[in-house]
Amino acid sequence: MLLVTLLLVSLIAYLAFEIIPGDPTTMLLGSDYSEERAEALRESMGLNRSVLVRYLDWLGSFLHGDPGTSYSYAMPVREVLRGKLAVTAVLSLMSWVLVIGVSLPFGIALVRYQNKPFGKLGVSVNQVFMAFPPFFLGIMLTYIFGLLLRLFTPGRFIPFSESVPGCLAYLFFPALAISIPKIAKTVKLLRASILSEMKRDYVLTAYSHGSSRWMVLKNHVVRNALLPVVTYLAMSLADIVASSIIVEQVFVVPGLGRLLVASISNRDYPVALCIVVMIASVVVIMNYLADILTQAIDPRVRLS
Amino acid sequence: MKKRILALVLAVLMTAALCACGGGKSPEVQPADIPNGSAGEKAPGGEITVGIAADLDTSLDPHVSSSSAGTREVLFNIYEGLVKPDTDGNLIPAIAEDYSVNETADAYTYTLRSGVRFHNGKTVTVGDVVYSLSRAAGLDTGEPLVSELAGIASVEAVDDRTVVVRLKKPDAEFNAYMYAAIIPEGVDIAAETVGTGPFRLVSRTPQESVVLERFADYWGEGAKLDKVTLKVIPDAQTMVLSLRSGAIDMAERLSSSQVADLGDLTILEGGNNVVQALYLNNDYEPFRDLRVRQALCFAIDKHALIELASDGHGTPIGSAMIPSMGRFVVPELTDYYKPDVEKARALLKEAGYEKLRFTITVPSNMQPHVDAAQVLVEQLRAAGIEATIRLVEWAAWYDEVYKGRDFEATVVGMDTHSLAASGCLARYQSDSSKNFINFKCDEYDETYRRAIAAVDEAEQTALFKQCQTILTEQAASVYIQDVASFVALQKNVGGYLFYPALYILDLASMYRAQ
Repeated sequence: MLLVTLLLVSLIAYLAFEIIPGDPTTMLLGSDYSEERAEALRESMGLNRSVLVRYLDWLGSFLHGDPGTSYSYAMPVREVLRGKLAVTAVLSLMSWVLVIGVSLPFGIALVRYQNKPFGKLGVSVNQVFMAFPPFFLGIMLTYIFGLLLRLFTPGRFIPFSESVPGCLAYLFFPALAISIPKIAKTVKLLRASILSEMKRDYVLTAYSHGSSRWMVLKNHVVRNALLPVVTYLAMSLADIVASSIIVEQVFVVPGLGRLLVASISNRDYPVALCIVVMIASVVVIMNYLADILTQAIDPRVRLS
Repeated sequence: MKKRILALVLAVLMTAALCACGGGKSPEVQPADIPNGSAGEKAPGGEITVGIAADLDTSLDPHVSSSSAGTREVLFNIYEGLVKPDTDGNLIPAIAEDYSVNETADAYTYTLRSGVRFHNGKTVTVGDVVYSLSRAAGLDTGEPLVSELAGIASVEAVDDRTVVVRLKKPDAEFNAYMYAAIIPEGVDIAAETVGTGPFRLVSRTPQESVVLERFADYWGEGAKLDKVTLKVIPDAQTMVLSLRSGAIDMAERLSSSQVADLGDLTILEGGNNVVQALYLNNDYEPFRDLRVRQALCFAIDKHALIELASDGHGTPIGSAMIPSMGRFVVPELTDYYKPDVEKARALLKEAGYEKLRFTITVPSNMQPHVDAAQVLVEQLRAAGIEATIRLVEWAAWYDEVYKGRDFEATVVGMDTHSLAASGCLARYQSDSSKNFINFKCDEYDETYRRAIAAVDEAEQTALFKQCQTILTEQAASVYIQDVASFVALQKNVGGYLFYPALYILDLASMYRAQ
């Protein structure tokens, strides 16, 4: 199933690049060239064969671990992606950890202090943060923490090779921009889920045994309420990868993001396709993991 | 409780920051002719980081990479021709020490400077020069790589210091094309970047950075800086933030709104050296009628446009010549068509296009042109013309509009590759491959042909001026402006030079004060 989905994604992506206007050769040849030269170049790049033949050819080498050669940089795609993949992966994971680490305790706390000022204000603040798009938050964070508080230098990314803590410290801010709206969404979901769970009969039973509200929450409700949240969290990693591609541009982080955008506008299909397939893989795999996790938490759910 | 306070503080800070970045104050600028004296003592050495809006082209082959101006302006530091331009719009000797032209202007003799070295340590020989020019002019393949050199008939070495270039027909302007890069014979220049310029290429990381280092064996004065890192920052707002944070030392070709927030930096203003126009496809049915094209010229107020789109920064133009091209410019043409909505309506009525509608195709990555198009649409609406903007990607624009000529109108800026007037005017010949607007005018073709053949400089200049007058009278397109270019430098960085006519980023003159 996984593989079929990925195959379909790659085929659709391949065909999409076929449909959009613009030819890779025009981007390579500059403004003055003759049709013959363009034709010769197309020939040498194998572009004059039919779409299906090219796709199968690409698929064959991709499956053998060779994603091909970049049109724009005349070097292997692997080389072009080197280093950038790791940066995007670290940034996405960091954001994901932030989402999980902050939203779970915050969501539970909001229910626990539901009738206190903290709970009431928290819900409104949460609602506001949910509305911020990540790139906008990125610009705001750059102003506040970069230019006003001088906690980091916007635009001066520190590579892993130079300093691992320095790199992580720089990536913390883009990670924050990516995770804040996601945290808010998770909190809202978790809070709603807990509150609906609180209305169940077993909660009443637990109260009748003399448990306090907190004991009921901790021991019974949260586990059940987590079910939809876990599914959401697993799938949100894919979303986070997509957000990080945008936020990378704001923070000048040399990840896959800019490369993907540039390779599409330069019609550098081997690079673009490789990135698209990688992102698609993350989506598919995370969906699959979400299914497995749901099953682990609630044994009533069976995977067919 | 702590969280609540933190959240409050954050919210307040964000509002404050929002207000801070909305301030639309007009930038304080220094005139371009005083290239930044405020940067203190010039000290040799050091390095700077320059933000560039787009990564360099795929191919750094100096004879091929003619598509992006951003690449050419960087290659200016790596490659040199027999001559090169200076900041006054003159050609100064570079690899050639001296040159002469015969009376009929069809044979140019160049004497090489001795001891000029390539970045790989080899000395430049006449063989390299003959090889480079033959390659650029396509003498072996029959297909010139540099279209300006198509007029070369032969390149010969007379002795080990002298090269004669013979032309197919006389061309008094030919020397202006001899900026064509001299490259070493026997090196695969597409794979290896070896020139004679003051900087050599050290490394390049796709979509990230390009590193240049001072070339120690440069024949002339050479670069002041030891190292320059060009950092790719496509997002306009991120470019501003990186300048403010100090992550980059300099960026050029900024807009007036970008520099409005850069109070702590040195801001210089110059021209981008482009001909921005509402280019009309003269083959599109309504635009075949001269009256319709003229009506568009009357409907548009370029001064108001410049005021609206770029706070009044920019040089209005009336024909196809870049305003810094000195003696070739015809200032009277700028206001040849005085904004007159009634006249525009009358002309349209006469031509039978009272309800004119058309689409303006604009490359979406070029903000100045997108801004201009938006103002144009409003101005045209006042004259009863319904224009709609269609944003396309650069690659699509290039394919459809420039190569395919399948468009109605477009807003872009055309630049030139040489100091010769032909750089701006050659594209309007009926049979030019660059004539993407399908302009056809026998009188123009004839005048242009005579101008190119003219040996006397004054006569030639007059003919080129006449060419521009024809373009304006025929309303080939609606010429607007040379877009203003702002350069932002950190206070301790100086030496930026503006060049007339050409797209150049001269890094050799730049320095960092200690």
